[in-house]
Amino acid sequence: MAKVHVSTSVNGEPTEFLCEPHDTLLDVLRNELNMTGTKEGCGSGDCGACSVTVNDRLVCSCLVLGAEAEGKEIGTVEGIGNNDSLHVIQEKFLEHAALQCGICTPGLIVSTKALLEENPSPTEEEARYYLAGNLCRCTGYDKIIRAVMDAAESMRGAA
Amino acid sequence: MTVVEYSAAASIEEAVSLLLSSDIPAKVLAGGTDLIIQSAGLDPIKVVDIKNIDSMMGATIDGDGLTLGPSMPCAELYSRDDVKALFPGLVEAAYLIGSTQVQGRCSVGGNLCNSSPAADTIPALIANAAQCVIQGPGGERTVAVEDFVTGVGRNCMAKGELLTALRLAKPAAGTSDAYLRFIPRTEMDIAVAGAGVSVTLDGAGTCTAARVSIGAVAPTALLIPEAADALIGSKLDEAALDKAAAASLAASSPITDRRGTVEFRKHVVGVLTKRAATIAAQRARGE
Repeated sequence: MAKVHVSTSVNGEPTEFLCEPHDTLLDVLRNELNMTGTKEGCGSGDCGACSVTVNDRLVCSCLVLGAEAEGKEIGTVEGIGNNDSLHVIQEKFLEHAALQCGICTPGLIVSTKALLEENPSPTEEEARYYLAGNLCRCTGYDKIIRAVMDAAESMRGAA
Repeated sequence: MTVVEYSAAASIEEAVSLLLSSDIPAKVLAGGTDLIIQSAGLDPIKVVDIKNIDSMMGATIDGDGLTLGPSMPCAELYSRDDVKALFPGLVEAAYLIGSTQVQGRCSVGGNLCNSSPAADTIPALIANAAQCVIQGPGGERTVAVEDFVTGVGRNCMAKGELLTALRLAKPAAGTSDAYLRFIPRTEMDIAVAGAGVSVTLDGAGTCTAARVSIGAVAPTALLIPEAADALIGSKLDEAALDKAAAASLAASSPITDRRGTVEFRKHVVGVLTKRAATIAAQRARGE
């Protein structure tokens, strides 16, 4: 099986990798590029833990082949904030204790950022629908939604 | 299935040639939301990615109607106000599939070619009399969407063929559509029953044309001419709606599974027919 050579951009950095034709973008991010911020939950597009953006569109990286990344712009949680300065969405997740075990958190941060870029003033219902593909088995979602709504308000204030 | 070869086609002709020349089973890779999950097995397959072909990904509206690139992500389709204005029912069907993440990849053409009995967009396409444009080694052919799916997970496409466009004629004045499905939760589920309806009303509010399609209650989505006949000539009064509902119920042949029983699905598909017809009529009146 011939490996596929892929030239892409990850969080704005030109990136090249070799992958098997069946490797998913999630496999490539975690195993080839050592970017383990993106998590694997179900591997079938149901849980959203592996959420990334491809050309600014929110997708599950477990349902994208690595080979499909050729020429695309990939955005992962590693591109949102850093250890010295967190993104306001990350700050609000901490402030509202919107996580317990943390497995769903990177996916939720990526999805929340995509939500607020598309719709800076979501209603609570709109936020809940948009994030319905990000499953969390710890929090019961309430604290997550509070963090999202607070982050939205804060980002609108800063804009 | 496991993907052992990946090719990205730059044109429809190249895609057809890649599909045809493969000595192992070749599959078209659009959004991959079904295909990548199905490819978790062992049998080797080749995938031909068609998303670099502009016409597969776009949607254009002209005097004749809508030409939809089969692989346009549903998330992009439902952000298109011009498409929504003409075919609100098709757009709401696209909006119902999966999560935001899945909608970022899944497409109407993919939904059709995957040919699941429960596909949401197929009844909406049938209600709108969509035509499927298929390119293959022998040239181009066009198939009415209600004839496209031939069984559970099966369709009329032969080796080397590619669905290149979905054509929906511009709706006549006073026409609109609606799609409704039943699921036991509010989001991210598979239809237990679904109904797509398109109606045309004249100035007096009389229905002059209609198409009714039901999904998830037979091996394929079905066009129900008897339900349309019940609506045509009426002002969509309760008696006509009940007759249409009865026609849908009679034409359905659902199975019992963990999501619903035969009796429940038959009842619900009738109710959905009635409600979708009512919503389509409200839209046709501009309400």
